[in-house]
Amino acid sequence: VTDAVAAVLFVGVLLYSVLGGADFGAGFWDLTAGGVERGRRPRQLIDRTMAPVWEANHVWLIFCLVVLWTGFPAAFQAITTTLYVPLWLAALGIVLRGSGFAFRKVAVRTAEQRVNSAAFAVSSVVTPFCFGAVAGGLASGRVPAEGGGDALTSWLNPTSLVGGSLAVAVCAYLAAVFLIAEARMRHDNELEGWFRRRALGASVVAGALALVGIAALQADARRLFDRLRGPGLPLVVGSVAAGLAALILHRRLSPQALRVLAVTAVAAVVCGWGVAQYPYLLGTHLTVGEAASPHPTLVSIMVVLAGALVLCGPSLVLLYLLQERGRLDEA
Amino acid sequence: MAFTLGFHIMLVPFALAFTMIMLVANYRGVRHNDRDALLLAQRWSKVAAVLFAVGAVSGTVLTFEMGLLWPRLMGAFGAAYGIPFAVEGIFFFLEAIFISIYIYGWERLPPWPHLWSGVPVVLAGVGGTASVVAANGWMNLPGGMTIRDGRVVDVRPLAVFFNRAFWYESVHMLLAAYLVAGFVVASVYAAGMLRGRRERYHRVGLLIALTVAAVVMPLQIFTGDLATRQVFHKEQAKFADIELLPRTSDHVPETLGGVMVDGRVRYGVKLPAVASVLAGFSADTRIHGLDTVPPDVRPTDRLVTTVHLSFDVMVAASFLLLGLSLWYAVAWRRRHDLPTGRWFLRSVATSGLVAVVALESGWIVTEVGRQPWTIVGVLLTRDAVTTSGNLWWSFGAVVAVYTAIGTSTVWVLRRMGAHWRGRERATIKAGDERGDGTTDATDVDIEVPYGPPAPRPVPSPKVTVR
Repeated sequence: VTDAVAAVLFVGVLLYSVLGGADFGAGFWDLTAGGVERGRRPRQLIDRTMAPVWEANHVWLIFCLVVLWTGFPAAFQAITTTLYVPLWLAALGIVLRGSGFAFRKVAVRTAEQRVNSAAFAVSSVVTPFCFGAVAGGLASGRVPAEGGGDALTSWLNPTSLVGGSLAVAVCAYLAAVFLIAEARMRHDNELEGWFRRRALGASVVAGALALVGIAALQADARRLFDRLRGPGLPLVVGSVAAGLAALILHRRLSPQALRVLAVTAVAAVVCGWGVAQYPYLLGTHLTVGEAASPHPTLVSIMVVLAGALVLCGPSLVLLYLLQERGRLDEA
Repeated sequence: MAFTLGFHIMLVPFALAFTMIMLVANYRGVRHNDRDALLLAQRWSKVAAVLFAVGAVSGTVLTFEMGLLWPRLMGAFGAAYGIPFAVEGIFFFLEAIFISIYIYGWERLPPWPHLWSGVPVVLAGVGGTASVVAANGWMNLPGGMTIRDGRVVDVRPLAVFFNRAFWYESVHMLLAAYLVAGFVVASVYAAGMLRGRRERYHRVGLLIALTVAAVVMPLQIFTGDLATRQVFHKEQAKFADIELLPRTSDHVPETLGGVMVDGRVRYGVKLPAVASVLAGFSADTRIHGLDTVPPDVRPTDRLVTTVHLSFDVMVAASFLLLGLSLWYAVAWRRRHDLPTGRWFLRSVATSGLVAVVALESGWIVTEVGRQPWTIVGVLLTRDAVTTSGNLWWSFGAVVAVYTAIGTSTVWVLRRMGAHWRGRERATIKAGDERGDGTTDATDVDIEVPYGPPAPRPVPSPKVTVR
């Protein structure tokens, strides 16, 4: 059961990094879209695509936190007493992002709009960086099992810095790829090209950062490095292959296929981390089993999850069907 | 943390009860073919969506804070304490999904199925609130776990969830939510009527909301009385706080107002033996005073005073609201119509605030009344709170952020209201009261989270998987 709950937790992390990642990345492009006039059209597209889901994706984050503190309370305590600086920053970022995005739409004056947009965009970069840094801190074993680790070096270290930057780059990449498809759907060739160039740029940067990351891991987190060459190797190779394929074939593939490749590349890296880290939750000193709650709690998490699937699955389908129908009605 | 929770609890009534009032309006609209009621329901659904989104953000911060401020609470007891939150997660998901369906369903679903699609929103709200209150009840009367050497070694999930404080706390909170939502909504429309907007639309809005609140009010006083007696039996230290009682005795007077100074009661009006009678239906009922609490975990005078005064404020506010409900009921029986006198409208216009005050002070009673414990008898607050970083710094940041969110929320809602009013003037001018009860064309142009994107529905890849 412990492993099942760990797997569930990891699926949550995975979903959040892919879905939430695309969300954050959109904010990155918003930030870098240039002046008011020049950046107007990309910003509009970002606005439209994100509006329906602007914070729904963060549900996965809540999900991860709840599973973590119920299923692995010891690890949760260790993490929150050590990495509290990036976590606070991330929480602040999420709030500012959500409200900035929601309120800039109702803001009338340009100055108001600019403040709200800036809040949205800056926090879209800070938050994923913090999460990446947290992941780096966990992976490189800088969170002691009893908590209360160093408040600064736990997230300002080679692995964390690379992790944070990589997270930002990956988010930007995902978002750009998603937005290519959106632009295509709107038959907007100019914007499609705009995001295509940026997707390429981001993928190159992300690839480069991944290489730097491997070097950093070799020096900083030896076990992780070794495991990535061992059981994690297929995933790493898969990620590289998907990334390269997307890079080379980007002109020939449909945006949908491109999206699948991009998601595969990112998901494979995250899975690689998970596989390499297993069975340790923190560095090389706290295993999943040691951090786990008593058996009945773990069972009840699984029961709750099953209930969630049974109840939420059909209702999601209903919502989706309705949206499809609504779209047909108005087309 | 207290601050964030205090903010979040204000949103609960809206996610939970406001949607119910919305459904009542919707039912009225569909059943009696009442266009005003339908329009109300539709606008309310959008307000609900905005508030729900704010609630989601505030909930996200809360989850973070749980870990960042109370690491030892989560670390040591997450195995038990986390379960109700996991359950809450399901209800949150369900509510988010069905609120989208409901808002999306305007125009797109036939009236009756659409009405039914709103029911799960209400049910999920009830479930979600009950789960969170279960967590709170567990902190008051922990159970369902075995502790060995400071570690939770066994957990009985059902006993954690349905702890001994679950029933009275959750029913009381649910009813409170309906009251707050009812009175707040009613006060909005009463304020509008005081400013001269007396058309049927406003009257129906006031009528529906006030009726819900007035029906619930007597029930709430009844359950409040039951809950207090449960506290008397099960949470003796808290009851001593509430009654401002330093020493165990019988014939305990009910003290109204008053403060505790150096362990003695000062000021305040004493009603002889009333507390004993209320607690055990007899003046001979013995009530445990603060002297039964071991000195090292005895609450300070300031805490006791805070709890006691909050309780008094809550009760006083409730009786004011009960008076208003009675006024409304009597007037309705006499004339079969809404009283529209200025004094009545003024009272209704302030009732929202009074209800919020009652809610917040009730919350203070249960939270502060537990101090110095976080989990009664198991974990002291000073052991649960984080030692990392500067607490005041993070507290300041949280307060700043919440003030900003709060003001922005009010601002957005006001803008929505202004927009709708502008629309009304336009329609009245044009002499074009829409008659088909469907969406007013311009009503769609306010975008809300969870709603259909206004200008053109945009297929988004992310929606399907969220």
